[in-house]
Amino acid sequence: MVTFRIGTGAGFSSDRLDPAVDLVERGKLDAVVLECLGERTVAFAHRDRMADPARGYNSHLERRMRALLPACRKAGTVMITNMGAANPRAAALRTQAIARELDLKGLKVACIEGDDVSALLPANQPFMDEPGTLADIDMPVVGMNAYLGAEAITPALKAGADVIIGGRLADPSMFLAPLAHRFGWDATDMPRMGAGTLVGHLLECGMQVTGGYFADPGVKDVSNLARCGYPIAEVQSDGSAIITKLGGTGGCVSTQTVKEQLLYEVHDPARYLTPDVTADFSRVAIAAAGEDRVKVSNAGGSKRPDMLKVTVGFDGGFQGEAGVSYAGPAAQERGHLAAEIVVERMARVHGVKSDLRADLIGVSSLFATAGIHAADAQDVRLHVTLRSRAKEHAELMLWEVESLLCCGPAGGGGYRGAITPCVMTKSVLIARERIEPTLDILTA
Amino acid sequence: MNAPRRNARRIVRDIAHARAGDKGNTSNVNVWAYDAADFDLLKKILTAERIKQTFPYLIRGKVERYEMPELHGLNFVMHDALEGGVNASLNLDSHGKSWSYLFLGLELDGADQES
Repeated sequence: MVTFRIGTGAGFSSDRLDPAVDLVERGKLDAVVLECLGERTVAFAHRDRMADPARGYNSHLERRMRALLPACRKAGTVMITNMGAANPRAAALRTQAIARELDLKGLKVACIEGDDVSALLPANQPFMDEPGTLADIDMPVVGMNAYLGAEAITPALKAGADVIIGGRLADPSMFLAPLAHRFGWDATDMPRMGAGTLVGHLLECGMQVTGGYFADPGVKDVSNLARCGYPIAEVQSDGSAIITKLGGTGGCVSTQTVKEQLLYEVHDPARYLTPDVTADFSRVAIAAAGEDRVKVSNAGGSKRPDMLKVTVGFDGGFQGEAGVSYAGPAAQERGHLAAEIVVERMARVHGVKSDLRADLIGVSSLFATAGIHAADAQDVRLHVTLRSRAKEHAELMLWEVESLLCCGPAGGGGYRGAITPCVMTKSVLIARERIEPTLDILTA
Repeated sequence: MNAPRRNARRIVRDIAHARAGDKGNTSNVNVWAYDAADFDLLKKILTAERIKQTFPYLIRGKVERYEMPELHGLNFVMHDALEGGVNASLNLDSHGKSWSYLFLGLELDGADQES
């Protein structure tokens, strides 16, 4: 019985590297996937590319490739990644150069393009799931990327690529493609497409299925989370799989971790849309199969969507964040007074009408709008956030918060402030036949 | 396994675990009974109506509930529930990663439902 071993070497743009090296070195993997793009990540990458045409790919690509390429070659593991972000060609060229430096002669680096659809969509393209069109957004567009499915990746696998780099490759498709390629699944075999998509969905967020985003001391204890291992799926030709991780790593794989990830960012469990399939997770079976081993099976699937999702990124200006802390008796009252002062001065003295929010961390911040407050906090932090197209507004807000040290309530300390660039994203749809993914192989 | 805390009313966290995710301005929270025997109770106390009514300023849109009877879980999809979503929200947690604990903090006897 053929088992295909596939693992995750990154589940988001800033995911850890050392466990990925361990995974490739000891995991005996057929393929490793580095999933590094979110909707906003690709928009930020477009901003980077605008500033420097040689950039626009994942900022950790260099270190990841240097650490993982030798191990992948030694183990015979194919790497598939969307670290190309807004500039797959630059990412592939950089990877080719690194492979040459590392003396990995003959390493085949595949570059998949064609996800950039900015030339294909009209200015008044309607939004996918809300009223309005792109023309309603009063911000400069930085990029438009369609989600590419497994069929965009398959040609690179057929060409024998060792490293496959794309931009907006859909997360689960990067897992489904090598499975379908190895097992000879037809793209119209919807139950298999659903099964491979389930494996991809469970693995795409990396440690979220091996104990990350899970621990809750006292009810969900996880051992050695600091050394959590990335997930591995041992997949059979029928699409069923064992989800597991390397021995000796921290974290855990349990029916609980798998259940939580099964519906992570899923709405209707019977209709999970990807470029490859309308996957059905509503009758998935999840069963313990030994220590840190969970069997998943019974995913379904039906016809893939005719339209592909496109993420449109906009330059959203700047966000300023600043804070001052108060502790001891009446800390809350002093914090509230400080908040009132900032709000009044931004409006009355500076005439700034940008979106502004002031929270008292320790009393109510994350759950403020939910109406949940702590009554007895004695160590609170005023946290002010402002977003604006004008950087000057953010600078003024930081200045106002810092001025509280001398001009605000008693006993305020610990000022910090920072300004970061912002992006905004919207989703639209494009007919799939208008997308033509391309493949180029660069050899080291 | 999950003994009630002393001097405290029992909360959903005593019988279930949960995870939050986001897409745009829509939040979803999946909730799973630790013990199959508690699934009926979970279904009874965690209705879409209760969630919508408990957090009216946070959840501006409709709440849908999907059931996973074989795995003893519920999936809540809350529209217009992320203060504009990660693009617009000025909440420190603009993804609503912590929204799972809005559910886990609800009391089993529904006492926080009064109003």
